[in-house]
Amino acid sequence: MATQLTINGRSTTVDATPDTPLLWVLRDVLNLHGTKYGCGIGQCGACTVHLAGQAVRSCLTPISAAANQKITTIEGLSPNGQHPLQVAWQQIDVPQCGYCQAGQIMSAAALLAKHPKPTDDQIDSAMNGNLCRCGTYLRVRQAIHQAAGQGKV
Amino acid sequence: MTVSRRSFLSVSAVTGGGMLLGFGTKALAQQPPNQAPLDPNTFIRIAADGTVTLVSRNPEIGQGIKTMLPMLIAEELEVDWRSVKVEQADLGAQYGAQTTGGSRAASNNWVPMRQMGAAGRMMLIAAAARKWGVPESECFASKGRVYHRATDRSLGYGELAAAAATMPVPDLSAIKFKEAASFKIIGQSTIGVDVPDITSGKPIFGIDFTTPGMLFASYQKCPVFGGRVVSANLDDIKKMPGVKHAFVVEGQVKMGPVLDGEPGLEPGVAIVADTWWDAQTARKKLVVKWDNGPAASQSTAEFARRADELSKQKPQRTLKNDGNVDDGLKAAAKTVEAAYSYPFISHAPLEPRNCSAHYQDGKLEIWTTSQLPARGRQFVAKTLGMKEDDITIHLLRAGGSFGRGLNNDYMVEVAAIAKVVGVPVKLLWTREDDMQHDYYRPGGFHYLKGGVDTQGKLIAWQNHFVSYGDGEHFSSSAGIGPGEFPSGFVSNFAMYSSVMPLEIKTGALRAPGANSQCFVMQSFIDEMAHAAGQDPLVFRQTLLGEETKPGYNVKRMRGVLDLVAEKSGWGKRTLPAGTALGVAFHYSFQGYFAHVAEVTVAANKLKVNRVWVCGDVGSQIINPSGAEAQVQGGVIDGLSEMMTQEITLEGGAVVQGNYDKHQLLRIRQTPQIEVHFVKTDNAPTGLGEPALPPVIPAVTNAIFAATGKRIRSLPLSKSGYSWA
Repeated sequence: MATQLTINGRSTTVDATPDTPLLWVLRDVLNLHGTKYGCGIGQCGACTVHLAGQAVRSCLTPISAAANQKITTIEGLSPNGQHPLQVAWQQIDVPQCGYCQAGQIMSAAALLAKHPKPTDDQIDSAMNGNLCRCGTYLRVRQAIHQAAGQGKV
Repeated sequence: MTVSRRSFLSVSAVTGGGMLLGFGTKALAQQPPNQAPLDPNTFIRIAADGTVTLVSRNPEIGQGIKTMLPMLIAEELEVDWRSVKVEQADLGAQYGAQTTGGSRAASNNWVPMRQMGAAGRMMLIAAAARKWGVPESECFASKGRVYHRATDRSLGYGELAAAAATMPVPDLSAIKFKEAASFKIIGQSTIGVDVPDITSGKPIFGIDFTTPGMLFASYQKCPVFGGRVVSANLDDIKKMPGVKHAFVVEGQVKMGPVLDGEPGLEPGVAIVADTWWDAQTARKKLVVKWDNGPAASQSTAEFARRADELSKQKPQRTLKNDGNVDDGLKAAAKTVEAAYSYPFISHAPLEPRNCSAHYQDGKLEIWTTSQLPARGRQFVAKTLGMKEDDITIHLLRAGGSFGRGLNNDYMVEVAAIAKVVGVPVKLLWTREDDMQHDYYRPGGFHYLKGGVDTQGKLIAWQNHFVSYGDGEHFSSSAGIGPGEFPSGFVSNFAMYSSVMPLEIKTGALRAPGANSQCFVMQSFIDEMAHAAGQDPLVFRQTLLGEETKPGYNVKRMRGVLDLVAEKSGWGKRTLPAGTALGVAFHYSFQGYFAHVAEVTVAANKLKVNRVWVCGDVGSQIINPSGAEAQVQGGVIDGLSEMMTQEITLEGGAVVQGNYDKHQLLRIRQTPQIEVHFVKTDNAPTGLGEPALPPVIPAVTNAIFAATGKRIRSLPLSKSGYSWA
């Protein structure tokens, strides 16, 4: 069955059953591999994308629920990978293995869209659903502050 | 044009086999030492335009090796780091040993990778000197150019590359390394070379690999280790949308009271489809009749019952016996008796196990994130009856590993599937597959007695360690060494052991052995300190003393312990009720570490406010940014293990399947972590592991200081604790 999806500003039609999770259409049909599979049950946040500007877990989002809405993945967050969060992430050397980081950045981008100058508490609330097995949380927090123009804390 | 094939230096790889991971890793130690000479041409490529490409040989699992190894080469090669490109090596004999494990990368590569860079620099200088007709001694190299001081001439490395390859081979003994004071790259915080790709979502991980015509596989194994397929509804599965193949993999695993290394290809049902979701959707309809086999009798409750029984019997073995522990306990003014235990836990790296393979014309190509790819190739060759030379292995970045990638079960599974389907195929495990078919960190039980004299001196220590194995053979990572601290530091000391059979796989989890033993030893030392009526940190300083023991450098441990006392304000700060400090130290994987944790406990709600870490890993922190990250990560990893992580078995099957039951620390629970390094005159050693072990007892000792409740069993959640 054909479903119309608008991903990173481009409209595309995919042939998949409507209950297929957006994650697997992104990864295996559209070859957008930045969005990661970690748990499949919304526990880890590695699959976070934006749906109509909101951070959602693509592993639990059927494509039927994403049709005809604006979807943004890590590949589309900025034209050249230079979103302020991506710059801060690079400058602070946030990633260790890096597997969760696309999801972290997408959650952080949704946070900054809502709270351009977030407090630590707002950061913790927005980022608590994103697991990092390597333990980069302190640098994640620092990078969000830096991207928000608050410098190093 | 590149510096050509001529070998201009031969260096025997210093990375032998040896005990990469401490005790319990017999299979790993059996890897033959790779004696192939290293060649700078393998690691350094200089293009005519001056572009320098450096090759990183070890598997990158998030520990920063792909940045650190090229830094070592670049430092001696005298190139501008910003102009360097880094490439991941595939598996190849020309690279020497390509392993990630045991925190050995720094110590194993500190000399040979700098040799590669220095040899390259000397050859480039020699080429320039010949061109100018001047002595080499009048030339020097800097930022990718060779200069002649007297005539103010210079040539870029790109212009010299071809000529450099024709220069005579430098004598290894003539290579003189730079003094640390003149390092320009080593010692500078250096951003991970893959970070821009990571932050922009480039497909660089094992799971991201694709190639045209690739199919996707899901593999259903028996919930009980080693269970065989009796029958399966394959005809129904083959009719499911997108499914191209569905078949039984017979497999063959070695069962027994102790499993070590790779027990074999585990039986199961493979479903291969156009997309992984198709394969997975079909798998939900799969009905398999299993023959569970002998492992079905295994359960966590039975292990605990048997351990208690063994603890009351005469120990099976005596591992260490100094003085007379019975006399010591009798002579003690005060004795303490305690039973400690910790559970099985899973590695649970965020990237689930996956591997891609293509079998064609009798040859196999594999794309993997393995930590021991050479051993994976042996395993595949043996299982499929192939020659190792017919198997090519490409190394891809791993989304975490923590020791999971030391085993190659998923590699042999995809190889077996690829041989059937004959087109490229990617096997991806679900999270549940990953958690329920792991090589677990083994649980263990310790029955301790200790005694202090009237002066508060620790004069007796007895430990009956009940673990898993058969006879004198411990299961993988389930052993203990006779030198485990405080062995050698107590005049009457006995270490006994007993084992029970275990028919599930165990293996090395980050800081294997240490990640559990340190909790027990440093907790019981704390108990003895309180029994002696002494400050726990002062008691530890006294226990360590001043005199260095064989295999245990007391001066280095005192160095980090004394510094952590100072940095944490130990004994100098007034803390509110319910808030307290705890201390622990541990030597493992060549690193000396001491931690202090500050916790606040209210009604069993735990908050770790801050952790101070002091470590001694030698004379040089190669990449300070990476080093700090490894320490912070180790601390956070330890806190995850401490609070909730536990794998339990019922009827031989693992109960927990995902992060909701086997949890990781989250950002809100993360303490401030302050990292300090003591630099000593010792060759640099690794940081992947040794910063983890002390954090658990530092926190549990702090809980005791705050509440008077002693934690003797992990995880804490079983004692009613949760994060504040």
